[in-house]
Amino acid sequence: MTDTKETKETKAAKETKETLVVNPIDCTGHGVCAELLPELISADEWGYPIVDPRPVPPQLDREARRAVAACPALALKLMRR
Amino acid sequence: MTATVNEPATRQAATLPRLLPAAPEDLRGHLARYGPTPYRGQTGLLIDDIEASGLTGRGGAAFPVYRKLAIVAQARGRKVVVANGAESEPASRKDELLLRAAPNLVLDGLQLAAEATGATEAHLYTHHGATPEILRALAERAAAGLDPVRVTITQAPPRFLAGQESALVNRLGGGPARPTFQPPRVTERGLHGAPTLVQNVETLAHIALIARYGPRWFRAAGTSAEPGSMLTTVYSSDGRCRVVEAEIGTPLATLLSSGSQTRAWLVGGYHGTWLPLPQPTALTPAAPARSGPALTVPGLTVPALDAPTLDNATLRKYGAAVGAGVLAALPSDRCGLAEAARVAGYLAAESAGQCGPCLNGLPRIAAALAELAGPRPRRQVRADVERWVGPQSLVEGRGACHHPDGTVRFVRSALTVFAPELSRHEKGQCSATNHRPFLPLPDGIPTSEDDWT
Repeated sequence: MTDTKETKETKAAKETKETLVVNPIDCTGHGVCAELLPELISADEWGYPIVDPRPVPPQLDREARRAVAACPALALKLMRR
Repeated sequence: MTATVNEPATRQAATLPRLLPAAPEDLRGHLARYGPTPYRGQTGLLIDDIEASGLTGRGGAAFPVYRKLAIVAQARGRKVVVANGAESEPASRKDELLLRAAPNLVLDGLQLAAEATGATEAHLYTHHGATPEILRALAERAAAGLDPVRVTITQAPPRFLAGQESALVNRLGGGPARPTFQPPRVTERGLHGAPTLVQNVETLAHIALIARYGPRWFRAAGTSAEPGSMLTTVYSSDGRCRVVEAEIGTPLATLLSSGSQTRAWLVGGYHGTWLPLPQPTALTPAAPARSGPALTVPGLTVPALDAPTLDNATLRKYGAAVGAGVLAALPSDRCGLAEAARVAGYLAAESAGQCGPCLNGLPRIAAALAELAGPRPRRQVRADVERWVGPQSLVEGRGACHHPDGTVRFVRSALTVFAPELSRHEKGQCSATNHRPFLPLPDGIPTSEDDWT
């Protein structure tokens, strides 16, 4: 049961292959993204996001989209690699 | 073995210089030496020759030239080519000299690039704007009917980042010369949205020669992986500066002094890397005096790095790159930390101030380095710098352009190469006996908004 689930998730991750990308010029260091998605985004000592460069795992897909939508500077994007 | 990369296959020795005439050449002299511009008569035809030549960009990034040409050639609609002569590196002099001595070679290359890509708009972008040499060359060429595409000259603002591709496109479009976030790259969406080919002026001069003499001729110089020659700006430890056209793969020791009067080398300019002087003992291990023939135990010998040569394949092993060819031999009477701190201060002031990690990180890195370059720095400063420029750097790779990355590389290598000096400064000492600045920086650092246009 667990095995099948894992295979499915790996497959989904391969299919989407979306990664979070910050446009560092647009980013104002508001910090919403790091609050909404601490699994993939942390804030540096100046409040700017450090983003996990790996593809977004499927179980975090909803949260990632929420963080993208919440960015007040529209600086966070999901990009296909 | 890298020797195979650097050892030229059996071939005729290349005659250098290729690009720089002994004295500045007007159109008549240019045509007498090189003959007319070898137009191919069709878009795209030149690109195969450029690919076969292995030419890479000479502005610093060493990107394969044919790939940018091909991307713009394949695009539809209005296209633009730009000769980038905005060598913003304060220590670099080669593009300025090339434009003065051989403007027609650069303009040939610009027209050939326009033909190869199908561009109908051409620009020349330099810090010196419309110099007498350029105006004269353009007038002579117009009178001779040589240039199918009219060339517009734009002066670049005196900023370090002004020559960065996207900053250049912004400036030509009427805005400030600040970088933008890519993608899309300027080859896809550049000036006013048109696919735009930006090539360094030296790159264009090489294109003009490859179009005439072919890829095989071009490859008679350089290494097989990085063919050709390149212009370098060399600062000797006695303070002299000269522009030298060197074969790629040339041992750095033939360009830079390595004697006792030299403390360290800087390779690749202010986004470049400090290197310790090559240790002769590491290259030819001396046999111990009384033990007879040296024993070699397989697996126990540590392979010494090759002596550094002027090519990226070799320099990569030292964490360095040729960049735009700025080479400096720091005299042994100077403090490497003090020199690095001055340059880091300049680089911090030259941040476009657009990206948080660069805007916040670079001034802190510069201030920390200035403290480390002074007597008895506070203990925490080393830890701060490590966090900002160490392996887990909070700054590297987090900007829209490579300014933070280049600055981190420069500072990181300074801290490594000048580690003995760091210890001296902790004790309140410094080995320098001469405190005059060595590496060149602009007189004043511009700060107003107007300075970006």
